[in-house]
Amino acid sequence: MNDRIFKIILFLAALVMPVVCGGIVYALANDAYDAFNHFGFINFITSDEWNYTQGNEHYGALPFITGTLLTTLLALVFCIPFSLPVSLFVGEYFKGKKIASILSTVTDLLAGIPSIIYGLWGFYTLRPIIMSLNISPQGSGILTASLVLAIMIVPYAASLSAEFIKMVPDELKEGAYSLGATRAEVIRKVIFPIAGSGVFSSYILAIGRALGETMTVTMLIGNTNQLPASITSTGNSMASIIANQFGEADGLRFSSLIAIGLILFLITAIINVVGKVLIKRARI
Amino acid sequence: MKKIYIKHRLLKDKLLFVMVSLLSALTAVPLLAILGEVLIKGYDQFSWAFFTEPTPTAYKAMKAVAAGELIPGGIANGIVGTLIMLGMASLFALPIGIMCGIYLAENSKKKFAYIVSYITDLLQGTPSVIIGIVTYIWVVVPMKGYSAIAGSVALFIMMLPLIIRSTEETMKILPSSLKEAGLALGGNYMRVVTKVQLPAAFGGIFTGTLLAISRVIGETAPLMFTALGCSIIRWDIDKPISAVPLLIWEFFNDPNLQDLIWGASLFLLVFVLTLNLTAKKLAKKWNS
Repeated sequence: MNDRIFKIILFLAALVMPVVCGGIVYALANDAYDAFNHFGFINFITSDEWNYTQGNEHYGALPFITGTLLTTLLALVFCIPFSLPVSLFVGEYFKGKKIASILSTVTDLLAGIPSIIYGLWGFYTLRPIIMSLNISPQGSGILTASLVLAIMIVPYAASLSAEFIKMVPDELKEGAYSLGATRAEVIRKVIFPIAGSGVFSSYILAIGRALGETMTVTMLIGNTNQLPASITSTGNSMASIIANQFGEADGLRFSSLIAIGLILFLITAIINVVGKVLIKRARI
Repeated sequence: MKKIYIKHRLLKDKLLFVMVSLLSALTAVPLLAILGEVLIKGYDQFSWAFFTEPTPTAYKAMKAVAAGELIPGGIANGIVGTLIMLGMASLFALPIGIMCGIYLAENSKKKFAYIVSYITDLLQGTPSVIIGIVTYIWVVVPMKGYSAIAGSVALFIMMLPLIIRSTEETMKILPSSLKEAGLALGGNYMRVVTKVQLPAAFGGIFTGTLLAISRVIGETAPLMFTALGCSIIRWDIDKPISAVPLLIWEFFNDPNLQDLIWGASLFLLVFVLTLNLTAKKLAKKWNS
């Protein structure tokens, strides 16, 4: 086999990715067309009615878009107080020490736990706690789902942020120390301004993870199809409504679920690409 | 006055250190809680039968629970299904992913490689449930039924970006003198890539593959609409098939089978975390 054929084979292998991606977009757009055509795109994403009784069929994605955004936002809020200390612990305070590598292993293991097991833990351990604290009567809901989601995204946000914090040049830190700065001041005035954009982009990627998380949310969010009234009420996210109803859906409902899938795909695609662009910039 | 100010700054410094250490230590709590719960509740499910027998029917399980016995049967159907689908997905994802990774590493200046690289990132971040519904449209609808093939396609799409990335990154950090030496000895391009560069990159690709497997082995959402599940041990690839995470989902939804949840979860967790830790250990060893 000569080099020419070899190079062509490599090229063909690389071509698989655009083909798969194009295929995903085509398949989703093709099957979502009915729903968008029937309800209109704007109406579809702003209507909060999800009714599948025959003859009265009406599908709107607003409750699920709201559910996804709420769970993601709350997860981010709950995640930061833990992921930021972890990244400082690993990347600054105990950089290169044994205890930092132990903490890294802990976060690696957290990242490795399958989402269905997070869901089980949330359902059998966290949900009773929420119930006993009288936060919500049924225990499941947006808050419960967000809490577990937060634990799930801590490893992603923390390990990537730690890398950027590690990269801050020692000379700059030493300069600040020689001027009499304390470590806390070095972190605030030197490390964050320099590593900030990288840390920020790692949170964008963590958001990307939270947006599409399916099983955990499905098991914990309560699976109701109305617009959530508050953060303790039940709801559904875009991923969880698909997981819940896809198996039994046909016709317009099937198309509407695919349409929700398409919107979710586009949102995560944008978030991921933005995150990666920011990371590449932060690395230079 | 000045002294108080300095004391205040030092106090703030100490406070930050304590907070950082405390909150960092707290992140170990969920890990321990999850491991502990799964271990304690799942441990007594483990037996020879648990790994060699298929899932019992709800009726059998109900009778056993009523009689105060352990639920008979196990998760063998899920283990077989997981292995079959993982095997088929790896069979295609490994060669294609490695070749694509080589292409990206070798042509990193080309516009096409740049686009492929972005698409790889994008697919890596795509929610698994979307991979599931797309595979449903691609494979289940034309084949008129759920199958192990469909499940494998979904896992294949999920593994591909991970293998591409690890191959690309490992190939990129190989010293260029390695390639030049091979070419200087008169090896053609293909020989240099397959006989010099790939063996040198083996460690990175291998750990990347382990991580990819540990990532997809616990995936439930992409299998729900593709492999569907099945209560007998099955080797046909054109019929619905079970998988360990699918079984956990089934047990979760069936009150009669709930006792089996923890045994299956413990098995999955041990499997995934062992793969994960092994990969990270190997990566560290090979890097140093």
